[in-house]
Amino acid sequence: MPKNRPLIRKIFFICLFSLLLTSGVIEAEAGPLKKVTFIPLWVPQAQFAGYYVAHETGIYKEHGLEVEIISGGPQRSSSDYLKDKKADFASLWLVTGLDLCNQGVEVVNLAQIVQRSALMLVAKKSSGILKPADMEGHKVGLWGPPFEIQPKAFFKQYGLTVEPLQQSYSINLFLRDGVAVASAMWYNEYHSILNAGIDPDELTTFFYHEHNLNYPEDGIYVRKETWQQKPDLCRAFVKASLKGWQRAFAEPELALDITMRNLKKEHVISNRTHQKWMLKRMRDIILPPDEQTRIGRLNEEDFKRVTENLKKQNLIEKTPNFNDFYKPPAGE
Amino acid sequence: MNLLRRRGIAFKLSLWVLGGVTLVIAIILTLNYNVTRRLMVEKIEENAFNLAQATANRINSLLKAAEKIPAGVALTIAELDPNDTELKTLLANRLEQNPELFGIAAAFALKPDATDKLKLYSRYYVRSYDRLKESPINYDYRFHDWYQIPKVIDKPLWSEPYFGESGGIVMTSYSTPFYRQKLGTKEFAGIVCVDLSLNWLRNVVSSLKIGETGYAFLITRNGTFVTHPDLDLVMNETIFSVAEARGNPKIREIGRSMIAGEKGFTAFTGLTNNQKYWMAYTPLPANGWSLGVLFPQNELMADIHNLTKNMLGLGLGGFFLIMLVILLVSGKITKPLRALAKSADAIASGNLETAIPTLKTEDEVGRLALSFAGMQQALKEYIKNLTETTAAKERIESELNIAREIQMGILPKIFPAFPNLPEFNLYATIKPAREVGGDLYDFFMIDDQHLCFTVGDVSGKGVPAALFMAITQTLIKTRISRSSTTTLHQVNNDLARDNPSMMFVTLFLGIFNIVTGELEYCNGGHNPPYRLTPGKSEPVQELPTTDGIALGVMDDFAFTAKSITLAPGEALFVFSDGVTEAMNQRDELFTEARLEKILAPLAKQPVREISDQVMQEIEIFADNTPQSDDITILTIRYIGKKRNNDEQTTSKTSPPPCQG
Repeated sequence: MPKNRPLIRKIFFICLFSLLLTSGVIEAEAGPLKKVTFIPLWVPQAQFAGYYVAHETGIYKEHGLEVEIISGGPQRSSSDYLKDKKADFASLWLVTGLDLCNQGVEVVNLAQIVQRSALMLVAKKSSGILKPADMEGHKVGLWGPPFEIQPKAFFKQYGLTVEPLQQSYSINLFLRDGVAVASAMWYNEYHSILNAGIDPDELTTFFYHEHNLNYPEDGIYVRKETWQQKPDLCRAFVKASLKGWQRAFAEPELALDITMRNLKKEHVISNRTHQKWMLKRMRDIILPPDEQTRIGRLNEEDFKRVTENLKKQNLIEKTPNFNDFYKPPAGE
Repeated sequence: MNLLRRRGIAFKLSLWVLGGVTLVIAIILTLNYNVTRRLMVEKIEENAFNLAQATANRINSLLKAAEKIPAGVALTIAELDPNDTELKTLLANRLEQNPELFGIAAAFALKPDATDKLKLYSRYYVRSYDRLKESPINYDYRFHDWYQIPKVIDKPLWSEPYFGESGGIVMTSYSTPFYRQKLGTKEFAGIVCVDLSLNWLRNVVSSLKIGETGYAFLITRNGTFVTHPDLDLVMNETIFSVAEARGNPKIREIGRSMIAGEKGFTAFTGLTNNQKYWMAYTPLPANGWSLGVLFPQNELMADIHNLTKNMLGLGLGGFFLIMLVILLVSGKITKPLRALAKSADAIASGNLETAIPTLKTEDEVGRLALSFAGMQQALKEYIKNLTETTAAKERIESELNIAREIQMGILPKIFPAFPNLPEFNLYATIKPAREVGGDLYDFFMIDDQHLCFTVGDVSGKGVPAALFMAITQTLIKTRISRSSTTTLHQVNNDLARDNPSMMFVTLFLGIFNIVTGELEYCNGGHNPPYRLTPGKSEPVQELPTTDGIALGVMDDFAFTAKSITLAPGEALFVFSDGVTEAMNQRDELFTEARLEKILAPLAKQPVREISDQVMQEIEIFADNTPQSDDITILTIRYIGKKRNNDEQTTSKTSPPPCQG
């Protein structure tokens, strides 16, 4: 009997290999792998798990791509990298993409990954802030562009005058009561606050998407010329990235292993618990609420709402045509 | 339980005593363990607090010392407003004088330069390989925690730990804001900041020796681990993220107490292993961080566990020793008992000759054996006596039976008694009690016209009563005359004269003229008979009393007689008190009332029928209650000259006529 085992194993591997090969043949362009670069919005973390999973599990290669992921962070702005042609693809917020277009940098949205805005304001209930009106006159920590667009609209919407303070990358200003209200990403700083020992019921949260200010966030962008010259390359990158996301959600432990590995490579201070929370929240804001809608789709209504609001705030003058701005990989 | 009941004394004794011993040992062990443990924990708590406090004080005093340096520099800058060269000298000197510092910086708020343009201005010196060097700050420090937070909250502050720019070294900074007077108001001018490498602090904490496996850790105000034996936790995790990863809200609760600056002592599960610890925690007042000192429970409890194990061993040893002793002693004690039990079994089965084991001891068992032997002897004698007594009793009983038969033989028993005298019908019957009793009856013709009949009852029972009855019966026959009073008077005198045992007899004596129906009677203390008149509205009438007393009591008593005349068809029902005093199961008496009620419908019936019916009623009433007294009934009916047919019928079924 033991003699038979290698034979079974051989058959199994042949089947597996041919399966991988055929799927690769269908998806991949003929010829050698094409080198492309991609820069996410920030340092390696579960916010970009899908790309790292696609990279490390060979999904990009299956799509004929040799992707180099440039680590983002405070010193590397993804929009600058895209603008300066230091990266082929970049992860940008929708408002940043529109801002680039307004500046005359022609970029194309290939996929809108994050559907629901995770940006929020947090206050300690002990400071007496329970509703938007309570913020009046308080110090509020705000980040720089593009994070200040929603807050400004929010304060205008509620007719509030607050004392804005520039907020750093830490939550300590808020924890030491330097500001009464802090900006936070639901998947990141909010959880850091919880893990600094403050209980959820001690906090008041204001999610912008709950205040009619749902600005879709992370999307995949490319310069228009790249799109025009190599549309197949662009499509392959997006398809592979979306597959990466699906795999990350299907196998969260694998995604966390990969995230932690990349995070440590860049000496990012974090922990698995935090990344686990982040991955779960990414799932919440990336996966559409219904099964029919494909992931990564830019909703035209969202596009309109964001462009109109930006115009209203005099943040942009030019508005690109939706179909010129959004180029989904399937060409829908 | 049945199984237990059948076991021997040795077994039961062992079971109860050993059960008790086990209980006592268990209680002692448990109490000892709990008390020792409590004392131990109290001791550990004290030690842990002392250790935590001493360590916290040590760290705190270093922090406090470091706090003074930027305060001094800030004061100098605020007062002297040094130029760039002076500032550089000031900072370099301070760093040189304080070897515990890693770096010192002065960072100014926006300041106009020579061209009146607002610019950032800062100077920063760090220690590098035991030398000082200037390290320019190349970033917009205004929005970094070490600058921004003390500025905003307007207070000096220790920062959360961070990796220094040169990398690798974890630092914490103490930042002191300084101010400028401008138009009489205090205006924020900048921050003086000193950097402290956390290596020394880690050394202090990790050098704490707490048994083999105990350790200490330090967390910041955010709960971030600054030191911990597991280096993966340091800087990356907070106590709350560990709590979340473990799904353990208890850890989170402890963490919240720690960062709130509280002191505490609590059981704690190791964060990287699952070992149990006791943890004392105490805050560092300077920066609000918290130090936890963990004492491994198993290590500290090892002594108690060993002690308990030893005691358990001793307890078990004692248990077996006691068991052995009990088995030996109880075996020894119960051995003669077993032998006795065997003899007793043999005796019980009837063998009275079985030898009782002789015992040397004089304890309870010895005494029991002696008593047993005595009992055997007594039993033998008793049985011997009993055999003799039984034989005697049997002899007496047979003699008594003979006496009874003789006594009954005295009474006339052939009916109809006078078949050739159609003027009356007579029937008498006696139902003797089990013992020899004293009832009597008799009837005989004095002459051809007068019938004498008697019913009596002797006091007492047994042979004396029977003899007294026989004497009475004989005396009546001897002394009979036509006068009932004379007869009774003489019989009474005869009986009373030689009557040392003070016996007496109640007697009803009637002399009946069979032609005229006239009845003269004299009653010596006997139940008054009933006169039965069929067809009358009250067919049962008590015969008027003659106020006589029982015979044999008083010499020369003057009896009086009465006389009535029976109409043809009328009858007389004479009985002894055995009738009315018959008892049932509930100890109720038959009573005269009941008798009268029964007699009323029987008044017309033939004499024998009346007798039988009454007897039957008594039997039903008594319902198997043993009869205590003789029951005697005599019934006589006056027919007159005319013959009555129904009496004929009775005589037909009677035995052949015979003269009484």
